[in-house]
Amino acid sequence: MWQQAINGVFLGAIYALFAVGYALVFGVLDILNLAHQAVFAVSAFIALAFVAEGHVPLAVALPVVLVAAGLVGIGLERVAFRPLRGRSDSNISGLISSLAAATILEAVALQIWGPDVQRFPIGTFPDKPLRMLGATVSALQLTIIGISVVLMAGLTTLLRATRLGRQIRAVAESPRAARILGIDVDRVIAWSFFLSSALGGAAGVLFGVAFNSVSPDMGRSVELKGLAVIILGGMGSIAGAVIAGFALGLVEVFTVVQLGSSWRDAVSFGVLFFVLLVRPSGLLGRAAIREA
Amino acid sequence: MPGFLLAYQSLLAFIGLNGLLALSVYCTLCCGQLSLANAGFMAIGAYTGALLTQNAHAPFPLALLAGALLPALVAVPLGLPVLRLRGVFLAIATIGFGEVVRLSFVNWSYTNGALGLVAIPRKTDLWMIWVALAAVMFGLARLRGSRAGYALEAIREDEAAARTMGIPSTQYKVAMFVLGAAIAGLAGVLEAHLTYMVSPGGYGFSRAVDMLVYAVVGGDTIFYGPVAGAAFLTVLPEALRGAGRALGLAPGPLRLFLNGAILLAVILFLPNGIVSLPRTLRALRLRRASRAALG
Repeated sequence: MWQQAINGVFLGAIYALFAVGYALVFGVLDILNLAHQAVFAVSAFIALAFVAEGHVPLAVALPVVLVAAGLVGIGLERVAFRPLRGRSDSNISGLISSLAAATILEAVALQIWGPDVQRFPIGTFPDKPLRMLGATVSALQLTIIGISVVLMAGLTTLLRATRLGRQIRAVAESPRAARILGIDVDRVIAWSFFLSSALGGAAGVLFGVAFNSVSPDMGRSVELKGLAVIILGGMGSIAGAVIAGFALGLVEVFTVVQLGSSWRDAVSFGVLFFVLLVRPSGLLGRAAIREA
Repeated sequence: MPGFLLAYQSLLAFIGLNGLLALSVYCTLCCGQLSLANAGFMAIGAYTGALLTQNAHAPFPLALLAGALLPALVAVPLGLPVLRLRGVFLAIATIGFGEVVRLSFVNWSYTNGALGLVAIPRKTDLWMIWVALAAVMFGLARLRGSRAGYALEAIREDEAAARTMGIPSTQYKVAMFVLGAAIAGLAGVLEAHLTYMVSPGGYGFSRAVDMLVYAVVGGDTIFYGPVAGAAFLTVLPEALRGAGRALGLAPGPLRLFLNGAILLAVILFLPNGIVSLPRTLRALRLRRASRAALG
């Protein structure tokens, strides 16, 4: 029981970290970035390249990959989202252009790294089991939970206490009012993409390390979970995404224990569809559910 | 059969099939909704049809009918709650739905799990695909200028305004979603009986994106646009295969990259698709000419 709870928190930390990226961009731009999962996968590959070919320790590679993922995010915004801004159908065309960007990123990853699953070399990270309150936890699991929590806390602090954070929240509230107040809206949106993609990239690296498996389509299954998380948490709510991420991780682990592993992915869809039926605004979402 | 037709038979068959799939996505796009469920609907249709002909020895027309009806029936409870909400919720719910359908077939031992069904009898002829395509196009063409056609256009342009005018927008959106599911299912049955096999891997997320790319690249504001897009994007990778090999690019990534790059270019510069290219060029030329005339 205790063991399963720890496994659930571990899984949930990665889901939450990934989904916070969706929530941040959706909160600011009102657009779902479907290329988020591609950034997730590409970042894992970049980290793998650093560790396996560059022989750089993972602790050094991680910050570099975060910045690289953030830059990919800025590029995404520049190419696939900014040109559409102000267009009347920007909701649906933004979805489509982010799919296009995801397809391009995936093609690049396939061309460079091939379709097969790749693994980190042995001994990249310590995998010493620790005994805690009668449960077995690996040092790796604890590290991953720790890094996720620190990153999410960092984002929350940034949004709450810094100038950039205030500007991001202002743009999320109303881009027009923010512009009148002298905020450079385009710059703020670019920063939001940087942060979102950096966190998505971190989630990708941690996921790749946690399951020691990196492949171009690794983002697919996580995408569904991330979407379930933001629906459950409420579209655009970062606190909601964090809570829902941990909740989904726990529910998934307990479902697998009770019903078997083939139900793992049905959980996300079940949660997703149930929330859409019963409470489309999610746990902490705002009420704008219908197309205005 | 003339030599040309014989040589390009499979290419023509896939142009027709992809055209049908593109039209199935067009059904939802034309009222401003993005659905990624159609690969799942196609899978349900393909499996239904294949099980009927292979295990029950049912006549092919019956398999086609069942393969179109069952996805349509599934589409109603999926679409009804979600289509009341904003467009982004449909995209999310349909991504989830597609994944669940694929995983269900992977885990279902009756249909051979991840391996899928093989040695399905060959029943599909080229003419059937093109007749089905023509019929669907005819139906969608008739919609234009009709009361329902105007209603769909109004919903696409501004749903709130359309609802104020008394158009029951949710009903229209659900109807088109169901129609799209039926068309995707039909295409699934036809494809299964052309390629002899169905497997869950063939109906994943990338398949759903492919269909969307055909429809958007061709042009999603007019019924022949998606078919043009499907034809263009089915022929292009074949035509560029040689060039890709010369550059050391594998066909898989090359096709994927082309799809993504062309989709991005179209959505940025030609929002009404390649069928609007002549009109756009003419407008551009006119503008340039008038500027020149004004000095």
